Amino acid sequence: MINTYGFGRIILTLIIAMGLKIAPLPHAFAVYNPDWVLLTLIYWSLAFPERVGIFHAWTFGLLNDVLTGRLFGQYALAYALVIYLCLLAHKRLRQFSLIQQALFIFFCLLLSQLLLFFIKNIQHTAELKPTFWLSVFTGTLCWPVVYTVLRFVRLAKPIN
Amino acid sequence: MAVAASITLLTMEHISPRLDPLRAVLSLAVDPIKYMVDFPSKTAARISSSLKSYADLKAENDTLKIQEAANKLHFLKFEALEKENIRLRALLEQSYELGEQVLIAEILAVNIASAYENTVVVNKGSRFGVHAQQPVVDASGVVGQVFRALPETSEIMLITDPNHAIPVQVNRNGLLTIAVGSGELNRLNFPYLPENADIKPGDLLITSGLGGTFPQGYPVAIVDPFTPPATKQITATPKAALDRNRELMLVWSNSKPLPINTPSSSPQTGDENTDHD
Repeated sequence: MINTYGFGRIILTLIIAMGLKIAPLPHAFAVYNPDWVLLTLIYWSLAFPERVGIFHAWTFGLLNDVLTGRLFGQYALAYALVIYLCLLAHKRLRQFSLIQQALFIFFCLLLSQLLLFFIKNIQHTAELKPTFWLSVFTGTLCWPVVYTVLRFVRLAKPIN
Repeated sequence: MAVAASITLLTMEHISPRLDPLRAVLSLAVDPIKYMVDFPSKTAARISSSLKSYADLKAENDTLKIQEAANKLHFLKFEALEKENIRLRALLEQSYELGEQVLIAEILAVNIASAYENTVVVNKGSRFGVHAQQPVVDASGVVGQVFRALPETSEIMLITDPNHAIPVQVNRNGLLTIAVGSGELNRLNFPYLPENADIKPGDLLITSGLGGTFPQGYPVAIVDPFTPPATKQITATPKAALDRNRELMLVWSNSKPLPINTPSSSPQTGDENTDHD
């Protein structure tokens, strides 16, 4: 049984996350811009593991590839793997405190960033700069904010 | 399964352009997001321009008028020189490539680049005939080239992108070299200069036309000050305002050489334009 009620809200938050991802920040701040789409996907997969799964992660990863002009399937692969991990651990993760969750999120973001770097490196040699990791840290710090906001969105009009 | 699908997609796109239509279709779903993100800064720019005082506008208008007069004068001379050039080339039986068409495109205020890349998005795409590898210039110099043309937008790789190289020549003496991007918006590197290259601080670098992507003769960069023996550390600052302007010009340079009807000889021999200085 596929329940599509409340789906609009999930899509809307993901679209806003995609907008945030390409927000025109000054060059110095752009490296801090975390992967909002992945954070949002993680939240929804923890909240509704039966509704937001690998397929959605893969689709939005693909859209993200198109949006940011990457090779096809780059984000799709990274997101699908991360969401798979989240689905495996979602029962445990829900019991965690926000800090513990953030630690898990840190490793998720790190995994996705590493995969992206790996794929980029196959394409053409990329230079590993220290600034490359900054978005992982800011992403972790942003997790409580994302969690609170999306929780508010979820509970504003109960989805079931 | 998703992993397999993504890996297939990755390899497929890496080796062939067959997935371009799929990307074009998906981009139709995603491009509105780019325009949505661009909207606030565009509105802010519009509001600030409509709030300009009369005195400011008057002053701007005056400077523009002076500039326009000076440009007209230059242009008069330029036309005469161009005619002369065509005549001389006709004498040499060489075709003359002119009449490059331009299309003005506006940069969308979005940031799709990761830490290493210098790319921008503009609001004209393949619906306007934009195609990949098309040169992009602004009023003061070369900006980059179209990296990917989607239906409604296109992605432009700037000349300072680490994966971008542009064939240039020193305007003073015709020395040919290649300018490679450094990843920073105000610097180009020259890894292929010989030790004894005749290059000085302040030299103007223009496109050499080799490689076929960029038409010949557009200004690219100015060589930065350096202490003379250090050829390896030479850098240059791009002429174009890469991070400051909003309007860019997309150039169609692959156009056929225009028919030249001034002298009696027939210059359209189909030859490539081969001389460099």
